[in-house]
Amino acid sequence: MNELAITVIGRDRPGIVADVAEVLARLGANLTDSTMTRLRGHFAMTLICTGPAAAEVEAALAPLAAEGQLLATVRAVTPDGEVAPVGEPYVLAVHGSDRMGIVAAMTRVLVDAGGNVTDLSTRLAGSLYVVLAEVELPAGVADALTDRLHRAAAELGVEVTLRPADPDLL
Amino acid sequence: MTGEGSGPDTGRSVGTYVGLGGWTPESLGVRGEVRAVVSAPHPVLSRAGGEVDPAATEIVRLAADLVATMRVSPGCVGLAAPQIGVAARVFAVDVTGHPKAVTVHGTFVLCNARVVEATRWKPGREGCMSVPDLTGDVKRASRLVVEGDLPGSGEPVRLVTDGFEARALQHEIDHCAGLLFLDRVAGAHAVYQRKVYL
Repeated sequence: MNELAITVIGRDRPGIVADVAEVLARLGANLTDSTMTRLRGHFAMTLICTGPAAAEVEAALAPLAAEGQLLATVRAVTPDGEVAPVGEPYVLAVHGSDRMGIVAAMTRVLVDAGGNVTDLSTRLAGSLYVVLAEVELPAGVADALTDRLHRAAAELGVEVTLRPADPDLL
Repeated sequence: MTGEGSGPDTGRSVGTYVGLGGWTPESLGVRGEVRAVVSAPHPVLSRAGGEVDPAATEIVRLAADLVATMRVSPGCVGLAAPQIGVAARVFAVDVTGHPKAVTVHGTFVLCNARVVEATRWKPGREGCMSVPDLTGDVKRASRLVVEGDLPGSGEPVRLVTDGFEARALQHEIDHCAGLLFLDRVAGAHAVYQRKVYL
């Protein structure tokens, strides 16, 4: 079974998702995990599909890209086994005045503590910059990490919170 | 603590057995069987359960089975009839000993339960035995009044609760209506892969 990593990005307009999904469905490509979101007026789709060969999908998406409004890439990827979680889930939130290097500095602090980012999004609204991340942390590091995050945030002039995201199992 | 009267002295804030009238699973008089728990996308999980006769023999047996299955499932604080394949408005809850619980009514089963008051809505991340690989952010009322019928006697009850027990009740009442937490998640980015920690 082919596994494909597909990205589609272009100026946002109604119908992009339906157009792309329709092409994939017609080819018998099964859309598995995906994120699709609007980023500053661009619509960005990152999809993992199983089914047809990469060249076949590329050719089928070409007419959508031909108008120059969409950029599509298709790449065959090797299905990896499940990555073992490194620990417990937390949510990291950072906000403050926009400046260079906020994501770089804060994620470096996470990595140095053995953390792993599983989801991250950023938004720039006027001069306000916001980072939200789902992270996995090894057991027992959260308190010390919070101190280091606060020090890094103070140097950047931003605010940071790190809170547990443990689900209630019902 | 809410309600009138008080529960057993367990050294923590324990709610009242308002209306439960000393009901325990033993009062069902039958030994429950452990049933298989179904997972989404099983169609029974998306079907609204029908109103039941709480005194009917099959409902008493169903109540006992829900308690038995809940008790053998690690970390399980609630189980609704659709989760064992029965589209009926019956569920069991027991949040005793859960670190997030404030008001605790012990183990109980309710039939035909409905929310009559829901206030102080708070977001929280939920998981479900029937959706084992995902969790999601869901807003639930943290103050709740629920009415329903006790299995066996058919006595009407009114439970006043809060916090974690309130969340569990709303989750189970949703199951009985054919709804999963996935039907209530806060947005497109509010569903997460659930990790299993060793």
